Amino acid sequence: MLELLWQALTFTAGYNTSLVTLGSAMLGASAGMIGSFIVLRKRSLVSDAVSHATLPGLTLAFIIIGLFTGDGRWLPGLLLGAAASAAAGLWGVQGISNRTRLGEDAAIGAVLSTLFGLGVVLITVIQAMDVTGQSGISGYLVGATAGMLASEAQLIGISALVLLIIVFMFRRPFLLVCFDRQYAYTQGINANRIDMLMLLLLLTVTVIGLKITGLILIVALTIIPPVTGRFWTDQPSRLVGIAALSGAVAGYIGAAISSIAAGLPTGPLIVLTAFVLFAIGLLFSPRRGMVAMVLAQRRFRRRVHLRQGLLALARDEAIYDELTLKVLRRQGYIRRDGVATPPGLVAARDAEHEEQLWALYRQLYPDEAAQLDHHGLEPIDDSLPPDMVSSLETRLPLPTRSA
Amino acid sequence: MGSDFLILSLAPLLVATISSLSCALLGNFLVLRRQSLIGDAISHVALPGIVASFLITGTLAASAMMLGAGVAALVTMALIEAIKRLGHVEPSAAMGVAFTAIFALGVLMLEVSDASGVHLDVQHALYGNLESLIWFEGLHWTALLDPAALAKLPPQLPRVAWVGLLVAIFVIVAWRPLVIGSFDPAFASSVRARPLLTDIMLVIMVAITAIAAFEAVGSILVIAMFICPAASARLMTDRLLTQIAWSQGFACSSAVLGYVLAGYGPGWFGHDVSLSAAGMIATVSGAILLAACLFAPRRHGNMERMTTD
Repeated sequence: MLELLWQALTFTAGYNTSLVTLGSAMLGASAGMIGSFIVLRKRSLVSDAVSHATLPGLTLAFIIIGLFTGDGRWLPGLLLGAAASAAAGLWGVQGISNRTRLGEDAAIGAVLSTLFGLGVVLITVIQAMDVTGQSGISGYLVGATAGMLASEAQLIGISALVLLIIVFMFRRPFLLVCFDRQYAYTQGINANRIDMLMLLLLLTVTVIGLKITGLILIVALTIIPPVTGRFWTDQPSRLVGIAALSGAVAGYIGAAISSIAAGLPTGPLIVLTAFVLFAIGLLFSPRRGMVAMVLAQRRFRRRVHLRQGLLALARDEAIYDELTLKVLRRQGYIRRDGVATPPGLVAARDAEHEEQLWALYRQLYPDEAAQLDHHGLEPIDDSLPPDMVSSLETRLPLPTRSA
Repeated sequence: MGSDFLILSLAPLLVATISSLSCALLGNFLVLRRQSLIGDAISHVALPGIVASFLITGTLAASAMMLGAGVAALVTMALIEAIKRLGHVEPSAAMGVAFTAIFALGVLMLEVSDASGVHLDVQHALYGNLESLIWFEGLHWTALLDPAALAKLPPQLPRVAWVGLLVAIFVIVAWRPLVIGSFDPAFASSVRARPLLTDIMLVIMVAITAIAAFEAVGSILVIAMFICPAASARLMTDRLLTQIAWSQGFACSSAVLGYVLAGYGPGWFGHDVSLSAAGMIATVSGAILLAACLFAPRRHGNMERMTTD
């Protein structure tokens, strides 16, 4: 089993398997790339409508080809039909959300379910017809790479490559339009035309992905990789790169796993691989990951407890809180019986001094203080300019300490 | 045709109509709240829920399936919420991540396990099987008055009827918070109309309705039942009660018209086949929406058209 997986991953498991794996990787990369722009435009579920809208065109093309040749399975024709009805669906979503009071959500839901329904009706027409290859049509619902012809794999691979190149060439205008349409306009970019191009590329990715992931899951490849990218960077161009990379990895690994046994569906495996990559980001990304967030929160809690503990030491107050005692003990500021050590006393005096400076600052400049978000936990020398600190020092009332 | 109709068509027609009505009732609020795609997400994840419950319990009993689908819906909503909060992602992208991944898991489980042998296959889950609801006892019109024969009606019919009743009761009881929350969530929380609780209840009701309708019409066409009649009705009027009335009318007529077109339409052209009734219902409801978009009196609303550039 593992050996088979290794063979698939190293492209030594036969020509067709290699082609499918490579094609899926390329599809994943281009879907991730174009998907990034769509997600940045906050229109991720438009691709859901587009992908469901391919079904009536696909089935109609199958019927027409079937009527003329007796076998409806001619991939280029099917894809052309799919593209045509996807374009109609896209036009429908745009029309409903721009020209009526209905929101884009209702437009997407209505278009995707209605056109899918029409497709289902046409599938029953096909079932009643006398053409071969009827069962092939259901492969487009959830994807089927088993028994894919080499020519089909080549078609998908080459289209994905072309798409990748186009997206790469247009990445700058795409980003401009995503973030600032006005500025894009001043740069001589026609935002509407770029929008159309973006959606056209999305449509192309959806159509060429039909055979591999199926029409219901292709939308995942345009949403999950960009969202994954969001966990690792805030910089748009890197986001696109990461999305392309994780889409490619998902396509590559998913297709390889599905090739090791008959009956393993390619589409779901690719999507689940993409989701695993997403989950890794969700958990472990150093910026937004859950682990990083939990650690940061714990670090913050310890700092608050350390500070409060030191202030309590400075003011000779008893400390009861377990965590505070533990933090102080670990820093060597108190002994096991709770009595302050000499370094502890020094640190406590510093903390008290700092606290007084912060309190004075808050009193004198309430507005500026409100804008600092660390609640006076940072050392004051690091947060405020030196002249401000020294002016605060001079205004500080002399410490009134009990000996 | 009398007895044929009773045996073959009565139950599917009633199931389709009742599901349509209850979906459209809730759909009004989804459309107003711009949350139409919640129905999309929930109906997609019903499949994995049902597959998982089949793999765990080994039965296709309705209660186990409903439970499975309900749990899947709740897990999905929680996942969407988590992704939204933790990932700082906008809601629709979070939704897209969650429901596609869970749907993929469902398809994988279905294909890998031997569940696809028993009438659980991807096609049925996607576009339902209204035609299989046959009432064998409906030999004559008198069967309608015969309790023994009525008891043999397909179990889906009483199920959707109960769910429809539940939905109606929910909308009546929760009317005030539902309406306020749909138009002005901030005001809703200020008058203690519990917007969060109402939201959650609405999602749960959508899930229950979707799951009950799921078996008959499939997961994707449920979306059409939720959105199309309500969206068409929204374009007809500015008054909520009138809108609900329109949506019920549209729902009823698309169910009946769709069913009749699918079942008897080809016969009119001399072909002795029948088409997918669920698909045809969705198509008809879409056609109604198209007509509403083109001709309905309030299609533009009062708002000035948004200028994007």
